[in-house]
Amino acid sequence: MEPGQGLARVLTALGDTLLDVAPIVIVLVGFQAFVLRKRLPHMRRTMIGIVYVVLGLALFLVGLEQALFPLGKTMAQQLSSFAHGHAQDGYSVVTWGDYIWLYLFAAAIGFSTTVAEPSLMAVAIKAREVSGGAINPWGLRLAVAVGVAIGVALGCFRIVSGTSLPFFIMAGYGIVIVQAVLAPRFIVPLAFDSGGVTTSTVTVPLVAALGLGLASTIEGRSPLIDGFGLIAFASLFPMITVMGYAHFSAWRHRRLTRLSDNGDGPEED
Amino acid sequence: MFQGFVTFGRLIVGTLRDLAPIIVVIAFFQTFVIEQPFPDLESILLGLVLVMTGLALFIQGLEMGLFPIGESMAGAFARKGSLAWLLAFAFALGFGTTVAEPALIAVAAEAARAAAEAGLIGGGEAALGDYADGLRYTVAISVGAALVLGVLRIIMGWPVHYFIIGGYLIVVVITGFAPPEIVGIAYDAGGVTTSTVTVPLVAALGIGLASAIRGRNPMIDGFGLIAFASLMPMIFVLIYGMIF
Repeated sequence: MEPGQGLARVLTALGDTLLDVAPIVIVLVGFQAFVLRKRLPHMRRTMIGIVYVVLGLALFLVGLEQALFPLGKTMAQQLSSFAHGHAQDGYSVVTWGDYIWLYLFAAAIGFSTTVAEPSLMAVAIKAREVSGGAINPWGLRLAVAVGVAIGVALGCFRIVSGTSLPFFIMAGYGIVIVQAVLAPRFIVPLAFDSGGVTTSTVTVPLVAALGLGLASTIEGRSPLIDGFGLIAFASLFPMITVMGYAHFSAWRHRRLTRLSDNGDGPEED
Repeated sequence: MFQGFVTFGRLIVGTLRDLAPIIVVIAFFQTFVIEQPFPDLESILLGLVLVMTGLALFIQGLEMGLFPIGESMAGAFARKGSLAWLLAFAFALGFGTTVAEPALIAVAAEAARAAAEAGLIGGGEAALGDYADGLRYTVAISVGAALVLGVLRIIMGWPVHYFIIGGYLIVVVITGFAPPEIVGIAYDAGGVTTSTVTVPLVAALGIGLASAIRGRNPMIDGFGLIAFASLMPMIFVLIYGMIF
């Protein structure tokens, strides 16, 4: 890459990000100036912070376009056609095993893109602050990433097998509803929010490429009907894993206290 | 100044941990499954440096800029005591950040093509444009409405799960009546609306409100706005698909 070309790309990305942020800034400044009519505290620091956010996002996007997206997208397409071609090599029956690499790749890409997702980091930072450190940001992000991994792999399985999308989504909703009633109260809103933030800057382009590539290589699948819907999977399953993790820690906590209650005494602390 | 550099350097190194999984996955599949050499390693490394710097700047900016703005505005609205203005702000924030979202514009155009192929609308350029614009405004209004409802919930202290469960039941019921071409798009619409700049701002707004209002717990009442913003568009887009 020529240095001049690289600079041009950064500037273009910066322009795009500015356009993206403009409506938000207009709303914020409008209400601040005409309704609240009070200066923000630490005005200068806040302004520098916003400049950092815009500049950071622009660099982040250029870097992704440069380093990861081209590779990720080609790999998604290659793997889906590879799995499909392999499945037709003399076998008349397409078995589950023919697609195993594809499902593994889908899970791995879902997991790793979620770990790098900036908006999830923002929510995790807030969760640590608000819970007084009880919620470990890294633990929350891992739980969400596992959820996205399961979701994307299952979503690919759905595209390959041709099962109907509402069937899976409704089964998922059923689980979420039961969990929401049973899970510890404090985790429920955070778990719901985690579902919404997973699919953002890093995850959507790669996961969408995977879904569209898969739907266009498999016969009888329409990219428009089957290619969409992967993102819905990716935002459904994190809710299940985050609440599941909270269930598990609550259960382990109860079990530990019960054990020490029944114990001989000295083990209590 | 030197202190600042050290902190920032630590942040950049910290982002390595965030990016490590993605690098490992791509390297592994490229080498062992697809079995092809890396094209243009130099430019990939340069890109990674940009990604790391960008991420570190973004996180630094969150703590310095976006979080404080969201929280101080939430506090200012709570002190002002005008519910109408607060709800107007919530709607403007939701509508304004969504209507120009590039991901949404792309999905809306895609959806218009799907609808034309299914014969729901005419195939002409004007019909496609109208359908896409209508969809875009529908989603933007639904995100605005979601934030209004979410802010009301925080103020009243209603439990979040009733809304989410109720919302899901609505989605399940109207999915049965909506044309199948719109269903996948409607389910995805919820995911694409919440952008990287909106999320921190909205999270800070909710938590700021829950902290400023007496009797509200930031953990239980502060979160949930983002969930509303990703559920409401599904309902609105399904209904939009049924009307057209």
